[in-house]
Amino acid sequence: MGKLKDITKKRLFLPIFSMILVILINVVYDIASGNPPFSFFSITIRPITGGSSVLFGRLIDILNRGSEVAILAIGMTLVVSSSAGTDISVGSVMSLSGGLCCMLLAGYGVTNVSEYASPLWVGLLAGVGIACVCGLFNGFLVAYLNIQPMVATLILWSAGRAIGLLLCNSQIVYVRVPSFQIFGSYVGIIPTPIIIAAVCILIASLVLRFTALGTFIQGVGINKKAARISGFNSSKIILLTYVICGLCAGIAGLVATSRIYSADTNNIGLNMELDAILAVALGGNSLGGGKFNLAGSIIGAYTIQSVTTTLYALGVSSAQAPVFKAIVVILIVVIQAEPVKEYFKKMSAKKLAAKEARS
Amino acid sequence: MKNKKLKINSNNLLLIITVVLFVLMYIGGCVVYADKGFTRLQTFLFILIDNAGLICLASGMTCVMLTGGIDISVGSVVAMDCMIIAVGIERWGWGSPALMLLVLVVGLVFGLVQGWLIAYLKIQPFIVTMAGMFFARGMTAVICTEQVSITSDPFFTKLSGFKIEMPFGIGAYVNKKGIPQIPYVRVSVIVALLVVLAVFLMLRYTRFGRSIYAVGGNQQSATLMGLDVKKVTLKAYVLSSFLASIGGICYCLNTMSGTTTQATGLEMSAISSAVIGGTLLTGGVGNVAGSLFGVLINGTISKLVQTHGQLIGAWANIVTAVLLCFFIVLQAVFVKVKERKKA
Repeated sequence: MGKLKDITKKRLFLPIFSMILVILINVVYDIASGNPPFSFFSITIRPITGGSSVLFGRLIDILNRGSEVAILAIGMTLVVSSSAGTDISVGSVMSLSGGLCCMLLAGYGVTNVSEYASPLWVGLLAGVGIACVCGLFNGFLVAYLNIQPMVATLILWSAGRAIGLLLCNSQIVYVRVPSFQIFGSYVGIIPTPIIIAAVCILIASLVLRFTALGTFIQGVGINKKAARISGFNSSKIILLTYVICGLCAGIAGLVATSRIYSADTNNIGLNMELDAILAVALGGNSLGGGKFNLAGSIIGAYTIQSVTTTLYALGVSSAQAPVFKAIVVILIVVIQAEPVKEYFKKMSAKKLAAKEARS
Repeated sequence: MKNKKLKINSNNLLLIITVVLFVLMYIGGCVVYADKGFTRLQTFLFILIDNAGLICLASGMTCVMLTGGIDISVGSVVAMDCMIIAVGIERWGWGSPALMLLVLVVGLVFGLVQGWLIAYLKIQPFIVTMAGMFFARGMTAVICTEQVSITSDPFFTKLSGFKIEMPFGIGAYVNKKGIPQIPYVRVSVIVALLVVLAVFLMLRYTRFGRSIYAVGGNQQSATLMGLDVKKVTLKAYVLSSFLASIGGICYCLNTMSGTTTQATGLEMSAISSAVIGGTLLTGGVGNVAGSLFGVLINGTISKLVQTHGQLIGAWANIVTAVLLCFFIVLQAVFVKVKERKKA
């Protein structure tokens, strides 16, 4: 009993628990529909059109499709931690960075190319660069003008996608060049988005582990004034987290664009900011700022994707899936809510008292 | 005492700037697009008609924002309402009055659940209403995944097409075919304006309205004053969802159809209208009249882009964002000046 309590108290308990729950549902469903019970975990190598063989399986699919949210979750975790607010512009920034990249690669006003108009690295760099500039803008408003993060990022939420549309002349720009498509397809047998997400996560965790940046961010998030008095430049640190968030959005945007080898500005990253914020909340992080747990957010991101993939596997249409997503979210946050926790504590105390009275 | 006076002044100033900006923008539109009929009273009334639903939403959003919260579920609630009405009429064969009542009840229940989760379980409003947004949007698809047009209910069609003409023929004009026209508004506009008036009076004169400001200003001191903070918060969210349902009916009267992608992003338009109108997201400061002008500014921008004819719709978003940026920075400057005077 005591051990169980210790486990449930761990910070990573909730995200891992919900992940396991989702996987269990999959296993039960597979048994019920007559498949081998562990077909969820089965990974096979199958040929695809074009001759090469790649990894296949539901697990791979979840890791692949969840890459963008996982990358976004890194930046979002830091932003939430340092500024006690959320960056709702990431979805729009994704679309903007994808739009700019494709516009440069295809040339303005051209909708379909099979040859680059400018070198690939220019497009990629510009896409990531514009996203960083967006982060800088958000960060400046939040850190130096003390504007609430949600309001400050509302500006780019509205403008980001619109500027992307202008850049692409309101059209879908296709870039049908294999070296551009590679970021959304496969390297060898492994889907590239998985590799990109893994590299981003690795870099982020290394930086947080071997530098004091993580401590600085948490310090600013817990008490901005106290952090400043103890010698941190609070505003600079908050600005930095927003730039990192923008960078993550830029990378995610390029992955999403490359996946469909086109800049569909209206749809890239649509509602992605909500998934990213959800990932942070599911990871056991308080949206009120302060201490953060990057591993939790990442697990949260993949949990969301597994919920979505599971729902599709169960035959729920993509338009109806949000209902179940909402129910899952509410259940998870209700378990975490303070009053509910207190209620359970009281209940267990009462039980204990009753036991003692009997003995 | 001096501080209090200053505070009222700076708050009023934001509202005044909003109103002045709207008037300037509208006059600018009249000068540039005089030949395209922008000077007609009807153009202004069209802006009201197009945004009747949004006005209701922004009124509810203002109340929630005054308590320091946010409600991003309203856009999806509108979509759900439209779908309920459309499917109810076309597939279930219900009468439209019963459906409108049903929609209002759904709104109340929706708000009750959200408000309870936020006020009594202390979950962040953003997360709760985000879940509400997913839920309502998904429910829309659960009810029906196709686009349903409303054609078979004579009462609803009549209500939608009913013109309330200006008394004494104010602003009458002659159209291209040479037929004299009297400017008109639709029923939804009257409903929306009544909502704004009701919320305005409620915020100013009722106990509940004053409590909303108190809770948003400082929760702790509101508790010490003996206010039931949880109850006030709960009521604010119920009000927001209820007004969103009224907005949904107005919206449905305009579109006469239900689709799953309807009213996407409408919640953000409502939020930006409230912010442009001078309501602070931190709570405690703001006014529903400001939100009305916020909606009008948003509406005028889209109308100007529409009248130009050559520009793509994205320009409206960009101009709104620039304005939003201007107002947000202005508010921040005001807060800074206030702090410096206090120090």
